[in-house]
Amino acid sequence: MSIDDQSIHAETFILNLGPQHPATHGVLRIKLTMDGEYIVDAEPVIGYGHRMHEKMGENRSYAKFLPNASRMDYVGALLNTHCHVAAVERLAGITVPERAEFIRVITAELNRVSSHLLWMGAFLVDLGAFTPLLYTFDDREDILDLLESITGSRLTYCYYRFGGVCNDIDDDFIAGTRSFIERMRSRMPMYHSLVTENIIFRKRCEGIGGVPAETCRRYGATGPVLRGSGVCYDVRRNEPYSVYPLFDFSVPVYPEGDCMARYRVRMDEIVESLRIVEQALERIPAGPVMAEKVPLILKPARGECYFNVEAARGSFGMRIVSDGLDAPYRLKVRSPCFSNFSLFRECVRGTLLADALAFLGSLDLVIPEIDR
Amino acid sequence: MPHDWLWETVRLLLYLVGLIGFAAFNAAYLSLLERKEPAWFQLRRGPTEAGPLGLLQPVADGIKLLGKQLLVQGGADVLLFKIAPVAVVIPSIMCLVLIPFSETMGARDISLGLLAVYSFAAINVLATMLGGWASHNKYSSIAAARVVAQNIAYEIPLLLVIIALVMVTHTFDLREIVAQQAGGFWNWNVLRFGASPLMPLAFLIYFICMLAEANRAPFDMVEAESELIAGAFTEYSGMGFGLFFIAEYVNVVVGSSIGAVLFLGGWHCPFGLLPGLHWFLIKLYLLCFAVIWVRWTFPRTQIYGLLNLSWKVLIPLALAHLIVTAVTVKLV
Repeated sequence: MSIDDQSIHAETFILNLGPQHPATHGVLRIKLTMDGEYIVDAEPVIGYGHRMHEKMGENRSYAKFLPNASRMDYVGALLNTHCHVAAVERLAGITVPERAEFIRVITAELNRVSSHLLWMGAFLVDLGAFTPLLYTFDDREDILDLLESITGSRLTYCYYRFGGVCNDIDDDFIAGTRSFIERMRSRMPMYHSLVTENIIFRKRCEGIGGVPAETCRRYGATGPVLRGSGVCYDVRRNEPYSVYPLFDFSVPVYPEGDCMARYRVRMDEIVESLRIVEQALERIPAGPVMAEKVPLILKPARGECYFNVEAARGSFGMRIVSDGLDAPYRLKVRSPCFSNFSLFRECVRGTLLADALAFLGSLDLVIPEIDR
Repeated sequence: MPHDWLWETVRLLLYLVGLIGFAAFNAAYLSLLERKEPAWFQLRRGPTEAGPLGLLQPVADGIKLLGKQLLVQGGADVLLFKIAPVAVVIPSIMCLVLIPFSETMGARDISLGLLAVYSFAAINVLATMLGGWASHNKYSSIAAARVVAQNIAYEIPLLLVIIALVMVTHTFDLREIVAQQAGGFWNWNVLRFGASPLMPLAFLIYFICMLAEANRAPFDMVEAESELIAGAFTEYSGMGFGLFFIAEYVNVVVGSSIGAVLFLGGWHCPFGLLPGLHWFLIKLYLLCFAVIWVRWTFPRTQIYGLLNLSWKVLIPLALAHLIVTAVTVKLV
């Protein structure tokens, strides 16, 4: 698939992929230098969706920033807010009741499943198959209904609070989640026989969009992209947080580094997330869901902390520096999509346009999270 | 006789109007089927608002398309840009003229009907390429290059299969080919094992090539909406786009009709009873249904996957079929 030096010097043209293009799923622009249908260079142009989230974090109180975190990666919003509240809690020394941590894990893992389902549908649309999108949305709808019943929102959740969660889960939620787990497990064989085993799908994914583990290391890629390149790194396992160490789950790793490996990692993660939710539902303790005596206006002591969680797309981190006032001195977001996307330019050279778009889709980018 | 000449002219004109109507009706209602059929597959309802069961949806679509301005953006070759949609529709409708719908129906029978159909079908490719190239759009240019590569690749196995068929039938006359298949489904060419044991495979090759020739998914390289926006049709608006759309469905109808005529016994009943137009239409729409079914089931192939399929799989198989047929015809 590689192109020789001679053809690089042949006549090339610039193709603007985006900012509005069906396959970029947001306002992402990639300036492609093309030699026929082969890509000579791909220069990402990002920032169309820049909303100054980091700056907004610095000029408002800690609590007022809560909704912002869910608007970066809106597909896996709970995972981002988990990072934010956990970082602030560590900075302010707030202890979270165990029941609240369990609820956080349950809801965050459900959110991860819904994020992966959305990705799967969108990825297949990138490959020209529209039907699976509606099947995954059908499953995702159940998760959204469940989360809506306890968080009040369907996409940009603001459910976690400093010291716990704002709303306890009820029996309906537990029963609904259990039946969802049953349903989702019964749907997985269907997805595998319809999609994973599909010959055209395999031809479009196997050996396409190869990312070596070394490249992942250099660009700081994490999440399914890294695990699809054979590196077993999962923040939940390597730097455990919340109550994740209590649960038995495995970290799916595939060494091939191609689109298929990333697809398989995410499909396996859906199953693993369901296992975590199931265990958490069994072992959830009774008790309060909110720590006592959390001040309404937080003023953490001078200091800084970095906290990262395993978001749906990789390691999502926040570094918060406090100078003792009611707003952070500095709030820095480490977004997994930014790092995952950085390797695109290097890895996409010499591939065909359609393969590049399959590769782009397999990275699972949420553009507002790159731009922030 | 002057009266014969007059009658023949009137008959042809009536057929032409009828066929244009047939083409337009099919384009409209296949587009509705294209929305309703996946809706069943995808657990939704499809259009329901316009008319009962959404049956007037194509009318609404047509009015919308007619109401839009035909934009020609700067840098485009205006003449070619405007000719292309017309040049893509006319050959498709011309193909319909040659198709024998039933024993007594059919606008024109000519002894080289099969050849004529594929001559007209080839113009279609040229017109699509013209549209893509005249658009002065990079996505369209890529699509124009793709359509040529794709159609060259798929016309070869298609024509190889048809040559083998002609060796069996000894005629290019479509009506004669159907007439040979009378008497029941075991006489259809698709099951004519006496001529070649690979006949069902030949039909499958024909079906795949037909999808590729009509630029239907999973071979819709020309449109490839997730890669090339709308490919060769990106810059077209209003009825310019509408004509490409109509042509796509008319091509599906033509391809399915030829498939029914060549392999599935045309107007003949599978059990030798009540031959007629209705059997032809049933076969035609079953094939159209399958075409749409395939589109909503498979992802799009990659351009090299498509070419590999043609050059490495379909052409060798079609050649094998040709040789087997030649040997059988010679021996029997």
